[in-house]
Amino acid sequence: MSSILLPDADVDIVARRVDIVKELQALLGRDRVIGDEDGRRAYETDALTAYRCMPLAVVLPQSTEEVAKALKYCHANGIKVVARGAGTSLAGGALPAEDAVVITVSKMKRVLDLDYPNRIARVETGITNLAITGTVAKDGFFYAPDPSSQLACTLAGNIGMNSGGAHCLKYGVTTNNVLGLRIVLMDGEIVDIGGAHLDSGGYDLLGLIVGSEGQFGIVTEATVRIIKAAEGARPMMLGFQSSEVAGQCVSAIIGAGLIPVAIEFMDRPAIQICEAFAKAGYPLDVEALLIVEVEGSDTEIDDQLSDITEIAKQFNPSVIKVSDSPEMSAKIWKGRKSAFGAVGRIADYICMDGTIPLGRLPEVLVAITEICQRHQLKVANIFHAGDGNLHPLILFDANDPASAERAELAGNEILTLCVKVGGCLTGEHGVGIEKRDLMHVQFNATDLALQMRIKTVFDPDWLLNPAKVFPLDARLMAEIPERRERTVRTVRSAA
Amino acid sequence: MQLAAEMRPDTEAALAEIIASAAASKTSLEIAGGGSKRAIGRPTNAAHLVSTRSLRGITLYQPNEMVMSARAGTLLSEVQSVLARGNQMLAFEPLELAGVVGGDARQATIGSIFATNASGPRRLAVGAARDHLMGIRGVNGRGEVFKNGGRVMKNVTGYDLCKGLAGSWGTLAVFSEVTFKVMPKPPASTTLVLLGLSDEIAIEVLCSVMGTPYEITGAVHIQQHLAVTLDHMGLRGQGKSVTAFRLEAPPKSIAYRRDKLTAALKVYGQLQDLEQKSSEAFWDEMTRLSVFEGSDHPLWRLSTAPGKGPTVVAAIGRYMPVSAVYDWSGGLVWIDLPVTTDAGAADVRRVIASHGGHATLIRASASTRASTDVFQTLEPGVQNLSRKLKATFDPANILNPGRMYVAF
Repeated sequence: MSSILLPDADVDIVARRVDIVKELQALLGRDRVIGDEDGRRAYETDALTAYRCMPLAVVLPQSTEEVAKALKYCHANGIKVVARGAGTSLAGGALPAEDAVVITVSKMKRVLDLDYPNRIARVETGITNLAITGTVAKDGFFYAPDPSSQLACTLAGNIGMNSGGAHCLKYGVTTNNVLGLRIVLMDGEIVDIGGAHLDSGGYDLLGLIVGSEGQFGIVTEATVRIIKAAEGARPMMLGFQSSEVAGQCVSAIIGAGLIPVAIEFMDRPAIQICEAFAKAGYPLDVEALLIVEVEGSDTEIDDQLSDITEIAKQFNPSVIKVSDSPEMSAKIWKGRKSAFGAVGRIADYICMDGTIPLGRLPEVLVAITEICQRHQLKVANIFHAGDGNLHPLILFDANDPASAERAELAGNEILTLCVKVGGCLTGEHGVGIEKRDLMHVQFNATDLALQMRIKTVFDPDWLLNPAKVFPLDARLMAEIPERRERTVRTVRSAA
Repeated sequence: MQLAAEMRPDTEAALAEIIASAAASKTSLEIAGGGSKRAIGRPTNAAHLVSTRSLRGITLYQPNEMVMSARAGTLLSEVQSVLARGNQMLAFEPLELAGVVGGDARQATIGSIFATNASGPRRLAVGAARDHLMGIRGVNGRGEVFKNGGRVMKNVTGYDLCKGLAGSWGTLAVFSEVTFKVMPKPPASTTLVLLGLSDEIAIEVLCSVMGTPYEITGAVHIQQHLAVTLDHMGLRGQGKSVTAFRLEAPPKSIAYRRDKLTAALKVYGQLQDLEQKSSEAFWDEMTRLSVFEGSDHPLWRLSTAPGKGPTVVAAIGRYMPVSAVYDWSGGLVWIDLPVTTDAGAADVRRVIASHGGHATLIRASASTRASTDVFQTLEPGVQNLSRKLKATFDPANILNPGRMYVAF
């Protein structure tokens, strides 16, 4: 780890930094622009903390119009822009560049409209994911996508990365739950797409923008679906003596036509770490744990859990434990949702995010173990089993550069394996810089060129988050405008 | 290569060769699957037709992973019968309008379903065709073969062209293969019906049931004079408007939810039940809009906020007689208008503009479709992006030129 090729910073822009800060402050007000070193340092990284870079300046607009002003200024001056929500990207999606202005929507968090008959909420995108649900929960509604970082992450970031979560097996990911948005393009033009209706007219620009990793524009408002919550929900735990059998049980549940709200998988190391942190009541003597949650009335929940139990029994589970109280349910989920934090307490880690076809699960788990052993690293596996989205957490020591290097190599091998068995590099975290150079594994030059030309449609000068998603060497053949493609090896600052 | 009047490439490479050749000579191509939807959209006036109907065959089916892949020209009916044998289905309930526009529904291909994002009543609950499309292979207007997405449900690797191309009506690229999510068939289906409600009250009811936790998977209202033309014998004989919503769950759950809903809705009248077969027959009619078959009247598809459906219909009704079916709890409105030179476009568009949403002219004569905007005129910002998107996929403007918009 520790190094990635980034385009050369534009020295002319960097040299003008002080003037640029002044001009932005004159345009937007002093309180909207951070130019001092201490202030900028808070934005030098995101949740992929191995990479750091001080931005040119940080802009905190409070309205769509202010975002438009800032972008128009940057566009006119040829200044790159990195859009940022709360900075929780695990893929380096919000990593700044030395010659780029960070524009964050984090001050824009108003709820603009709640419309229960039409089941929509219109919000500014700096609102946190959980705050959307928090706003409508008193009326029994919720916003479905639930990434583990939902307490902190913003809707803007969710839209950028098309975030998922544990409950998307039933309710879908961000793109399935956004009906409209207001986007500011790099030249400052404000465009509204979709709205309160269920499909936007013409080409599905909405579908293209969600998941475009801040490379098309800055989304400042969105209309999202809100859903009436089920009367109740209850998780159960199923413990198995091998990961392989647990995987077979997941296949059998789906194959029987049952679609629980969530099926989460943890292996022994993950169970031990999470239990030590969260006291969730997880069994410590199993190799694999499934958390299966169902919804409905009490009777409906009983019936579904009983069906699932019957299926699970064919796989000789050593633990079958149904939550018997809201407190127990909360603890079971707290353990799972705090997994990343819990692992972070005991070691540095990188979190992989590949997805695989469920049927290949046993062999992939074996291979992950083998890969990490070969690199002398420990791994804890946590994943959304219902949809095959793996989160192997590779543990390493950030103070040991060799260990960090091995972790990155192991991660790359794991993701390459995911693609090889028919899956993909990233299921919900995004490409960012982390997986940028692996894009060749999944896509050929034509596939990448096709995508890069779409970026050019939205951002002809490639000023928005330009160093991300696409391998630098793939850009030359794709009619990408001249952006000083000479590259240098940029080494992270010491953590 | 010499381009024939009708070409049916049987490999992706052959498809690419045809398109590359047409691009080189700037020759327009009409793109079709089995042709069931050729009468929808603006006429392309292309001299050459490329049909994907010879690109056939299901290439992957993994019921335990809820995924299927098929070459684009595979018949929808084949996909559905193979899924039915696995007790699964296309959950978005493909909408097939061949009967309404004068095509042959039996020829509908799976590629065309995704290319037109043809989503039926269950879209309200589970998402549209585009939400179920996980992977594509295809050829763009440059003749380049490309892929996007894959065969796994969660995938954010690169931009999401599956959504970007779903609903683009063959104007950006031609699918050669599609990979999509499939779902288990529900254990049981019951439809609850209220008779004789006005449009406003019906939509109020439907929006309120959609706001319950009972997972309603279809919510429609059919005006009285259309309801009496339903094939469904149990409903047509009632002589009243039909307001219907569907429960799909295990039988015990259906019974429980029905009781809850009956109690909540008793002020609106007596709920009637359509059990299993009767329920399925009713929704089958809704996926082909049977009440609009056998007419040459202009038929419009309006997409608006669900609660605004009746207001929009009433506003158009001030200018001309309107017959309406409301789907998606009011958010999707099908209206039949009298024959006029512009099929009512001026009034429909003015009304929809003031309420939000968009309108598509589904059925009209070829001359009307040639002289009227069939798809909603786009706002300038969206139009500019759309035009550039078309230009990047199809720089020579050879794929279904003019099918969606006059200029591109």
